[in-house]
Amino acid sequence: MRKTFSEITDQIIREDEKTVLLLGDIGIFAFRKTIEDFPLRAMNFGIMEQTMISFASGLAKEKFIPIVHTIAPFLVERAYEQLKVDFGYQQLGGNFISVGASNDYSSLGCTHHCPGDVAALLNIPGFEVIVPGSQMEFKEAFYKKYANNNPTYFRLTEFPNRENLPFNNGQGLKLKNGNAATIIAIGPVLDLVLPAINNLDVELLYINQIMPFNRELISSNCKSNKILIVEPFYSGTILPYIMESLRGRTLLIEQAGISRDFMTDYVTISKQQDMKFYQEYNILEKISRLIGSNS
Amino acid sequence: MNDINVLKSLRKDILLAAYKAGEGHVPSAFSILELIFGFYKQLHSDQQSLAGKDIKDKFVLSKGHGALALYAVLAEFDYFSKTWVENFAQENSLFGGHPDWLKVPGVEASTGSLGHGIGIAAGMAYAQKIQGNNSKIFCLIGDGELNEGTVWETCLVANHHKLSNFIVLVDQNHSSDRAIKTEPLQDKFRSFGFLTKSINGNNFDEVKAIYADKSEYETPRAIIAETIKGFGIKEMENNPEWHHKTPDAKTFESFMSQLI
Repeated sequence: MRKTFSEITDQIIREDEKTVLLLGDIGIFAFRKTIEDFPLRAMNFGIMEQTMISFASGLAKEKFIPIVHTIAPFLVERAYEQLKVDFGYQQLGGNFISVGASNDYSSLGCTHHCPGDVAALLNIPGFEVIVPGSQMEFKEAFYKKYANNNPTYFRLTEFPNRENLPFNNGQGLKLKNGNAATIIAIGPVLDLVLPAINNLDVELLYINQIMPFNRELISSNCKSNKILIVEPFYSGTILPYIMESLRGRTLLIEQAGISRDFMTDYVTISKQQDMKFYQEYNILEKISRLIGSNS
Repeated sequence: MNDINVLKSLRKDILLAAYKAGEGHVPSAFSILELIFGFYKQLHSDQQSLAGKDIKDKFVLSKGHGALALYAVLAEFDYFSKTWVENFAQENSLFGGHPDWLKVPGVEASTGSLGHGIGIAAGMAYAQKIQGNNSKIFCLIGDGELNEGTVWETCLVANHHKLSNFIVLVDQNHSSDRAIKTEPLQDKFRSFGFLTKSINGNNFDEVKAIYADKSEYETPRAIIAETIKGFGIKEMENNPEWHHKTPDAKTFESFMSQLI
């Protein structure tokens, strides 16, 4: 995804003279040609995320389109008030592209983990939040959204799904029909979900844009009252939006996502994928429990 | 009306607005009034001249709690009606205790949380610079605001990009002295690559000279404006009790009589 990001951003910087790329001292090698060719509109801003966001809003105020990139906890949590005030409150457009989704940088320790980014951004009115599951989704989303005049967050992961799905303008997709339960999968967790539901009579809904939330996708589907929400960030992040979409119905809901613990065991990335995620997510067990229960 | 009398009249507007609302940071507004009035007077004068009709200099009030002074000056230059004093900081008013650029004509940034406006202003200055425009961006910060790390981060950035069109005005009213000492300020800004100058920020002749200076500089500048918090009303001057306090009816009359 990072390579796709650098390629599409390079293209946008070359095509659109109103765009400015600000890097928080990461991705410098990948963007070396962009920086060399456009030194005024592509720069290594340095390690000062709060000022980078304020500065970006000043650019936006003067009709430029900032593209800001750094590691998720530093972009969202460290500079949260700048995102809230300088972009959200001031209703200015800008693009914020993070790497290191949730525990992607597991072995670097908790300073570099960020499973709370999306939950935090959902508290800023007007922010668009995009969680692409694959490179093509990101590419399509970024090209379509970068000049949308809204503050927009793109969450890149080191572990995209194998299958490229269309971004579908952030409206989500219905990937499978079924009656026994509905599985709602967000972005890159699709690869964890698909093997678990292979032969089951369940409906599968896929979401890659969290905000604005497409309530219609949920309300016009979900025929069963049994729902499993599978999230790549803190479990429970999108629950209020599901509940709102299905207001008035009695639901049996299971959730799978990142638990609210500091992950201090430095588990390696591959093991995290193979073991810990599957243990935490435990999707098959949760679906079986859901289908077997009386609602 | 001469400038001194206009400034007295604006102080009356500020006091009246705060009195009616029971809200507002009056002493902060009084310490920066000359600095804001000077900017808009110069801008207005420049734009009246044929050569200056394209001048688009901008002013960012980073210490948003000084909004009363900004509103008073903007109304004086007809950005909106003087009736702002009637509904300042009241329900459904355009004019809050801190300025909102989406609501108030002439306001460049929605500030209030300290340390934000200066970064925004630097971004605006950079945007002007890379478009080849010669517009200047003036940003007024408070001495308490200097405690915020983002102020100094922004200074690093402004120096790195040689933002010669970026001018930081420091309202040195010493409100921060009880917490963190900020002196010597000129040395600090110089070490960050700024050209510096110290003025009496409540002396309008000295303030006017800053904005009238059309010299070309190669670096960002910092103007350290020594001011008196609450300037113009003896009981308020340098009295922390008044930082966020509004007068009762009797005190209001007494204060107004000092501004004649």
